[in-house]
Amino acid sequence: MTHTKKRIIINNIVMVLSTLSALIGIGFLFWILGVLIINGVDALTWSIFTQEGAPPGNAEGGLKHALIGQLMIVGVATLVGVPLGIMAGTYLSEYGQKSKLSEAIRDISDIMMSAPSIVIGAFVYAIIVAPMGHFSGWAGSIALTIIMLPIILRTTDDMLQLVPSTLREAAFALGAPKYKVIIQVVYRGAKAGILTGILLGVARVAGETAPLLFTSFNDNFLNTDMNAPVASLTVTMYNYATSPYEDWQKLGWAAAFILSMFILSLNIIGRLFIMKKKGK
Amino acid sequence: MSIIIDKLFANATKIIAIAILLIVAWIFVVLFQHSIESINAFGFDFITDTKWAPNLEKFGALPAIYGSVVSTFLAMILAVPLAIGVAIFLSELAPAKFKAPVGVSIELLAAIPSVIYGMWGLFYFVPIVRDVFGGIGISMLTAGIVLSIMILPFMAAVTRDAMNTTPDILKESAYALGGTKWDVIKDIIIPYAKAGIIGSFILALGRAIGETMAVTFVMGNVHKISADLTQPATSIPVTLANEFTEADTELYYSSLFELSLLLLVISFTIISVAKFYFLRRKRLV
Repeated sequence: MTHTKKRIIINNIVMVLSTLSALIGIGFLFWILGVLIINGVDALTWSIFTQEGAPPGNAEGGLKHALIGQLMIVGVATLVGVPLGIMAGTYLSEYGQKSKLSEAIRDISDIMMSAPSIVIGAFVYAIIVAPMGHFSGWAGSIALTIIMLPIILRTTDDMLQLVPSTLREAAFALGAPKYKVIIQVVYRGAKAGILTGILLGVARVAGETAPLLFTSFNDNFLNTDMNAPVASLTVTMYNYATSPYEDWQKLGWAAAFILSMFILSLNIIGRLFIMKKKGK
Repeated sequence: MSIIIDKLFANATKIIAIAILLIVAWIFVVLFQHSIESINAFGFDFITDTKWAPNLEKFGALPAIYGSVVSTFLAMILAVPLAIGVAIFLSELAPAKFKAPVGVSIELLAAIPSVIYGMWGLFYFVPIVRDVFGGIGISMLTAGIVLSIMILPFMAAVTRDAMNTTPDILKESAYALGGTKWDVIKDIIIPYAKAGIIGSFILALGRAIGETMAVTFVMGNVHKISADLTQPATSIPVTLANEFTEADTELYYSSLFELSLLLLVISFTIISVAKFYFLRRKRLV
């Protein structure tokens, strides 16, 4: 066999193997999506949106409590996390720039983005739940805020840096003070990017389960008091799926389907924003 | 007037930015404070002791550490070759019209919450492992496999991005010399993208070791070290998820905090290595 022939054969083997691994990978992933869709659509009924949790064996159970609880916990986290993240990102990009302090904050944020979220749950348990003596929706929101902050901060920072400095200079030349330049010119230029960061940040924390296990805990009934344990889709899903009751498992699949569709749409919308921006 | 607002705005942003550093420091301090009782009671034995018996007030973390290491190692062995294969397919092999849809669906699958991977694993993968390998299906092996599927999309997407940074002119020159696709991948693309690829793998490893929900469903929570992969096991995050709300004594509670601290230190170290030695400022995170 000539050297060339050998190289061609090896090449073909590798190409087949990598196509195969792509097929395996994609196959697994579509398997999961398929399972979600089949079980989720099967379990979706109107009563899911109108009924609260019910004891197993009672067909009338729903997810209303978890849907509303999820909205409250993630909503509060977003309301707190987004402005704080944008402000901190603004400091890095507009004031701190390449200073040592800014670089340190960037590095720490990057590391925190991949840090285990269950540890954040333990932290919030220690500073909020234990002193107050009970689980609460607030504690869950605080845990999610801490997870969301570095994501919003880093995307804001990156997106603001993409705004051309000539825009800032033009505004300064008109005599505008720096805060006005930032708010009226820089933010406007980076709007789509910041929004994408927010969407991805919300999508990320909406799927978090571990930090909620010991902060907001769970409730099988509707509770809108953030000062008490609040149900969330993710923890409900965990409890229902690991229960031995078939109707609870079914509700678990419905929760999984609703949540993943929500998170996937946020991701897709976020991507469309980025693409639109690039297309300009 | 506007000078005052200007100052206020500048200082407010600075304070919030610094607050983020302080929160991270605060996390370490709080976890350490709450671990002190356990550290005092067990010292270094906490890490080497294999007995975890809450009823006897005896807490040794070795089974959980062992479970974290072995399940992560299994996940990496399974996911690394697949991720490289997928990345090669996406960056070099796939026809142009497949690249975007396949790439985007892989990225989207990386966004699916880990609790869903866990649920899928429990209902669909546990029975398969039970039938094929024996045991009850809830095991170290299942945890490793589910974990590998969870980190695969992330690894494949980042590896593809790293491979895509190879300048076309380098590849074209190699093709012009008569290189096959594999020659170009092995001699040009992989060496060029090496740092990024290794970085992404280490980052995935850092994430896998802290991954909680995907494994909590399928690992069991058995504090035993067994060489038999089909046996149920536990890991640091699985122990935390299962036992945190059950801790009824000070020492139990403190031991769980020491586990959290251990997990944070381990993942912080791994992620930092990935970031500072391999990824630098390339924003691959």
